[in-house]
Parts: sequence; C-alpha cells; structure tokens
Amino acid sequence: MIWNEHAECMEREQLIKLQNERLQAMVSRLYYNVPFYRKKFQEQGIEANDIRSVDQLKYLPLTIKQDLRDNYPFGLFAVPQSEIVRLHASSGTTGKPTVGGYTRRDLETWSEVVARSLYAAGVDHNDVVHVSYGYGLFTGGLGLHQGAQKIGATVIPASGGNTKKQLQIMHDFGSTVLACTPSYALYLAETMKEIGMDPSELKLRRGIFGAEPWTEEMRKEIEQKLHLKALDIYGLTEIIGPGVAMECEHQNGLHVFEDHFLPEILDPQTLQPVPYGEVGELVFTTITKEGMPLLRYRTRDLTSMTIEKCTCGRTMARLHKFMGRTDDMLIIRGVNVFPSQVESVLLEMSETEPHYLLIVDRVNNLDILEILVEVNESFFSDEVRQLEALTHKIKANIESTLGISAKIKLVEPKTIERSEGKAKRVIDKRPH
Amino acid sequence: MLLQQLSLFLENKTGRLAEVTRVLSEKHINIAAFSIADTADFGILRMIVDQTDVALAALKQQGFAVHTTDVVGFVIPNQPGNLYQALQHLDSIAIEIEYLYAFAHNGDAAAVIKTNDNKLTATTLKEFGYHLLEAGEQLD
Repeated sequence: MIWNEHAECMEREQLIKLQNERLQAMVSRLYYNVPFYRKKFQEQGIEANDIRSVDQLKYLPLTIKQDLRDNYPFGLFAVPQSEIVRLHASSGTTGKPTVGGYTRRDLETWSEVVARSLYAAGVDHNDVVHVSYGYGLFTGGLGLHQGAQKIGATVIPASGGNTKKQLQIMHDFGSTVLACTPSYALYLAETMKEIGMDPSELKLRRGIFGAEPWTEEMRKEIEQKLHLKALDIYGLTEIIGPGVAMECEHQNGLHVFEDHFLPEILDPQTLQPVPYGEVGELVFTTITKEGMPLLRYRTRDLTSMTIEKCTCGRTMARLHKFMGRTDDMLIIRGVNVFPSQVESVLLEMSETEPHYLLIVDRVNNLDILEILVEVNESFFSDEVRQLEALTHKIKANIESTLGISAKIKLVEPKTIERSEGKAKRVIDKRPH
Repeated sequence: MLLQQLSLFLENKTGRLAEVTRVLSEKHINIAAFSIADTADFGILRMIVDQTDVALAALKQQGFAVHTTDVVGFVIPNQPGNLYQALQHLDSIAIEIEYLYAFAHNGDAAAVIKTNDNKLTATTLKEFGYHLLEAGEQLD
C-alpha cells in the first residue's frame, strides 16, 4: 500500500528537479532568516541564490549537534515564535536538550510522512494502532499518533509503562498494530508470558518499531513472540521525529521520504560523500521544513544507502539497517531514561551522593539497568538491614521516576570515576 | 562503659579486605576482634582495635567509608551456658540485639554486642556481675 504514490514513486529525474527547487528555497530561507547559517554562508562566500542543485550540496556547511546546543533553545528557528505551534525536545546527558520547533505546516508534513510510513507497513484505516511510544517532549508518541490519525486508523494513545494494563487494553480493544521501541516490544512479550497470555489472544499483525537500533535477530525474536510483522521506522527530533524513513513490507531497507529530507552518506573522517552501498555517516538536509530547517545535519548514525527501485514500487532511496548510534537518551525496555533523572532522585535523598553510574546491558534480549550509587560517608550504617532499607528506598524512588525497575548497587565512596569534563554516567554494554 | 567499634562499608570486590588490613598493619594497629556481615553486593566490616583514633584516621585517609560505632564488650566465663545466661538477662528486659560477635580473651570468651539500647545493656550486664571491656583495655 502506498499513501502518496505521486511523491513516493516519482521518477528520479523528476524527484531531483523537485529537490533542486526546494533546496534552493530552503537555502534562501536560511540565508535571510537564520543568522547562524547566514554567517556560515558568508564565511564561505555563498550567496542566497548561488545554490541551484542538489549536486552543490557538498559545498554547503555541515551542521552538528553542538550547533543546536550553542543556539539553544530557539536560535536556529527560521520563523518568528508566533509561527511555531509545537515544541519537542530530546534531552541529553550534558544538560541542554535538543529542541525541535514546528510550524503548522511542519506538523502536516510530519503527519504526512508518518502516514506514508504506516501505509508502507500495510496499516490503514481499518487498523487499531496502539502507540506505546512515550507521549511528551519525545517525538515518538505524538509523531505516530498524528500519522495514524491522518490515515484514519483507530488510535490508542497508550504511551509507555504500565505493561500489564497495556496488554489488557490491547486484548480488550483489539489492537492490530503496535508502535513502540523494539526492546519494549520484547518486554511486552516477556510480560505476556508471565501473566499466561498467548499471542494468539491478541490481534496484533504489524509492529512499527524504532527509536533505537535493532538487529535482524531481534526482529525474528519479536515476530515470533508477538506473532506480527516487525518493521523499522527511523527519525530524529532534529529532522522532524519518526517518519524520516520507513521500511516497507518487503523489509528491504528504510525508504527515505526524499521529497522532504535529502539524505547523504559521508565518510565520517573526510566528510566526503561515499558511493552508494558503502557505509558512512547519515546526513540530512530538511528541504521543506519551516520551523527549524537544518542544513546537512550529521546524525551520527552509521548506515549505507541505495537508490535502486524497491519491489514495492517506491523509487525513494533506501537506508540499510543502522549499525549504531550515539545519543544521549537511553532507551531501556522502551522507556526513555535520562541519566539526569537518576541524579535528581539521588539529590533529593539525603543519604546518597549524586555520584552514580548507569550500566545497561542486554541479557536474553532484555535490557537490564543497574545503577551504582555511592553511599554517603555520614549516613553509612554498621547495620546490614539499614543499608538494605536504603537500597530499597533508592530502588523505589528510581522506579517511580524512571518508570522502569533497576538494580541498585551501593558502592564505596569515591569509587565511581570522576571527570573534570563530561561525566561518564552511562556504560552501555548492549550490542548495537 | 562502651567500646568504640570501627565499622567499614566494603564492596564485594577482590582485595578490599586485604587493603584494610594493609592500612592497619602499616600503622602497627592490632585487631582484637573482627567480624564481617555480608550481603551479595557489599559487606560491613566491624572491628575492635587497640588504637581506634589512629586506625580511623588512616582508613579515612585511604578513602574508606568508615566510622565508629558504640558497642558493649563483656567477658563471658569460659563455661557452657554462660552466653545463654547473659542473653537471658537482656531478653528479660526486652533488649533487642542488632548483632553480636565473640572472640577469645585471656582464656575466656568476650562478646561485642550492639543492641537497641547499649547503655541499658551495659548497666544490666554490669549489675549481673559481668566484666565490661573498656576502651584502652588490653584486649588480647
């Protein structure tokens, strides 16, 4: 099924023509409306109407995450704030979140690309779409929600957490599509087993999984455990959110919605484009975005790309499954976890020091979070049960804040590595 | 009347205990009594030493989570049934024992005990004629 055949199956020649026009307009918007970009253009001697074709992309400056932080929160917006109708953000370990600002038209574009994504997964208005991505500043929940609404599906805005209740709802409401992170999908499967629910009792037939890299093995595991077809959705707040690229039912790469987002694959060292099929860093230019258009944004995601036509009929470029991503936000069992949340819990408790380390691992395909916490010298007790009570108290506070359980391990003072620069709060041992 | 015990928080990690004893040995500190309460992840080391203040400072300086705790030390004559008798006295006035460990003392046994009321424990034991160990007393 194809939501927008005109756009998604456009001949490449015609697509490039469209991209050229849109890129030209975008560069002009950046030049006149975003001082950060104007300065960069002027430094390189680029005038507003110098850029006429996507072939010239390689001459344009790159944008990195630090640029977003430096211009936090609204410095890269290309429209007055009165035009912005929505803000999203993805937080980071180093404090400042990455902000995304949307105009009304940006929200429409976003709904459009998610609608395309859902259709690519074979989802339509007859489906009951259960959205277990977190709702809030995170783009996952609302992103999927808007797209599912656009195609006329029945949307269940379940958000994250409360797993047993989610299963009950899925069962009672007859959910046919599950949208969440792949690890949360597995956690749901695990919980089903625990409560003695058989996947055949549910009507799930499709899974729209993303927001973290996942392997083919993981796909098989999920498909087998949940009795559904699992498809990969890709996106990032900086670009728009989920729906930048999506797998179709042939599960043969993620189609990039190239009429809105120009993909490039660059050698991360030389920053020069690599040939199709070769792995490099994925870089996006948003050619239709109004609120916060980004030029050649380095995603830090590693993948390769092909422009061969897919069996499904779509002509848009396809990305291969992602090889890795370095991002600040941790996604553990489908729940977004920010190390700063742990810090705030520990700071609220007088008995602990705000020195901690999150160790995330994957055991039997399930994410495990362990938090090492330094005991406060003055509070430390000579009685085991008091220390155990402390451990339980931390555990309970962490769980109510993060929404997921964690193993708490008390450690001796000053044993967690200190840093003068960016603190290392996370050791992620999960295979990417 | 009360004894000062050193209490240390130790992670369950190889070499930690050895490190404690190294610090004490370098300061020529003698350990009179020693006990470890352990859980899966950590242990609490409890010790009676001959120079508590020196040991405390040395261990702190090495970064250990250590502090002193008041405990009651008393001598139990080396005969069957004597510990039972002592504990019965405490039980009769509803004293709750947090922990207890014992060591050899001049041919008799000595016990270190921490209860919900150390002072009452000490006076009760004294009343019943038990010899209480004092800080600075030769404990070996």
